[in-house]
Amino acid sequence: MNLLLATAQAHTVMPIDGYVYPNEQNFLWSVLIVVYPYVTGLVAGAFIMASLVRVFKVKALEPAYRLALLTALAFLICAPLPLLLHLGHPERCLEVMMTPHFTSPMAMFGFVYAWYIMAVLLLELWFDYRRDLVMWSQQVKGPRGLLYGLMTVGVDDLSPRALRLDEKMCDAITIIGVPSAFLLHGYVGFIFGSVKANPWWGNVLMPVIFIFSAIVSGMALCVALYYFINWVRRQAVNDECVDEMGMFLFYALLVDASVEGLDWLHRLYSAEESIYILKQLAAGKLFYSLLIGQVLLGTLLPLLMLGSTQLFRRQIPMWIRRRFYLVSSLLIVCGVLAMRWNVVIGGQLFSKSLRGFTTYKMELHGQEGWPIAAALMILPFIILYVLMKLFLRPDQPTHEQVHGHQAAPAAGG
Amino acid sequence: MNPPITRRQLLGGLGGMCGWLMAQPVAQAAKQVVQKVLVSTLAPKGYDPFRHKWLMCFDIDRCIGCGLCVDACKTENHVPEATTYFRNWIERYIIRKPKAGSGEARGEVLVDSPNGGRDGFPPSLVPREEILKSFFVPKLCNLCEHSPCVQVCPVGATFDAPDGAVLVDPNYCIGCGFCIQACPYGCRFLSPETKVAEKCTLCYHRITRGLQPACVEVCPTQARIFGDLQNPIENDPIQEFFRKNKVNVLKPDLGTGPRVSYANMDKEVR
Repeated sequence: MNLLLATAQAHTVMPIDGYVYPNEQNFLWSVLIVVYPYVTGLVAGAFIMASLVRVFKVKALEPAYRLALLTALAFLICAPLPLLLHLGHPERCLEVMMTPHFTSPMAMFGFVYAWYIMAVLLLELWFDYRRDLVMWSQQVKGPRGLLYGLMTVGVDDLSPRALRLDEKMCDAITIIGVPSAFLLHGYVGFIFGSVKANPWWGNVLMPVIFIFSAIVSGMALCVALYYFINWVRRQAVNDECVDEMGMFLFYALLVDASVEGLDWLHRLYSAEESIYILKQLAAGKLFYSLLIGQVLLGTLLPLLMLGSTQLFRRQIPMWIRRRFYLVSSLLIVCGVLAMRWNVVIGGQLFSKSLRGFTTYKMELHGQEGWPIAAALMILPFIILYVLMKLFLRPDQPTHEQVHGHQAAPAAGG
Repeated sequence: MNPPITRRQLLGGLGGMCGWLMAQPVAQAAKQVVQKVLVSTLAPKGYDPFRHKWLMCFDIDRCIGCGLCVDACKTENHVPEATTYFRNWIERYIIRKPKAGSGEARGEVLVDSPNGGRDGFPPSLVPREEILKSFFVPKLCNLCEHSPCVQVCPVGATFDAPDGAVLVDPNYCIGCGFCIQACPYGCRFLSPETKVAEKCTLCYHRITRGLQPACVEVCPTQARIFGDLQNPIENDPIQEFFRKNKVNVLKPDLGTGPRVSYANMDKEVR
């Protein structure tokens, strides 16, 4: 037992540079906590992408509407897993829901999560898919048909009035869903922003930064997935759709970069006691992940590529624009992951005594090892694959494709 | 067509909602009582936490960095033996003389705490003639009035006891580590054995039986001053401490309201 403990400590106790409080030598929040805000952010971003079609009536994005919703669901299912696996006592996790401590930002996660998945995402998907589920349950035989039938919960009314109600409900839920998505991820930002003990985290802009980086990452993921799925299915991408996605991605990234720039500007100008160690952190321990990964490759380069497609759309041929969108989205997805790393890991690399640094090295084995984190990153894609096999089949026409627009539109696939 | 909602149903629903809302403060109060009084605290039966207010203070000039307090704490409270888990520890500050012509009042500040100061401190690597001054600072839970650790605990497992101690219920803590991140003073750790948050309890099992915390008991220079604000004795050491010294607290700007006070503290101490 002692040997095991000693081995575990050998993994977690890292070289020290300067002075850190003795207890700070145990690195607490590992790569799993990096995955948690990243996955949650992808959910919020993908939902905002879908809401562009519903609330803001951006018709060109319709081909990616359902993909965005299913992506949000796949990632949302996995969102609490990193937190759960990280707990010292995962078996006590329900205490957060049963006896929550209302002053704790973390205590609210269960409720925000339950609200978002039950009252927003699943409901919206159900109303959006209901007519298709009814139709497919009649057409498809076997277990899949049975599943579609079960998912209609017996509501098989396809009268124009019922379809209109579905559309109205979808619109209403999306309108509630947009602030809910902001709440979901703003709240994740608040978990870090509320820690006044840590100058890297305790910042009023943190929830805002998290919201915009979430929107950017979710949109970028949808763009990349849209390309990937069309490539797998040997279909041509819809140029109008990718142009539109590229435009929204550009503006979202612009706002995100501005807010993060503002944060740094404020830190540098107000130059509080912690600024010296934060500058050392950025230029030293986080040089590659922050300045190279997040700022240069994850923000400036995509801004340049996406910006050029907006400013010189006529001069840049479509085939180049397509590649710009794809490369930018991949860079952004990686850049936001780097941002989460910089926040979570970066915030623990320096001592709260502001006198020194510790080091983090990802473990291989154990509950908090990188293979577990990687598995948690892959799991949503597996779930998305299953969801697409069920609900986004190219060989399975939707109700709208068969019967045309009977009610309000917005049900691409 | 759904049947219309009757007036009786509406009133019944509204009444139920009002009842639920009114029950909330009662439920909250009951929960606080449970958390503050009935949770496992290692206190003996009959101990009334509402009749005490414990406090610890430090006179920095008296601390010689012998490390007996750290060792006593580790032994008394079964703190993990590794060199990275401490409920209390000692820091050594060495402030160099300024370089000639630098225009500075003091030189580089070096801080260390080898093994939390448990084995004392090795001789400084800085030559004696280059040292402007050097001193030791004992650290432990600051017993904050507005404890950030209590505020952020998602299940209320860590709580402010009415007698001033900040405690953790090990049977309730989920081991999320949020309190450890929220503590500005680095006083908490996640136990590798129990997987729950641990911290200084002021030796709650001792003070609730009329004894002193282990660290206070063994301190050879009386650098640690401990007492009960609600039950001052004659020539009460805590009262004397505040009467004789100009005191300060750690990181007052954070608004955590630390109750642990230090006499003769240099500005470099964080």
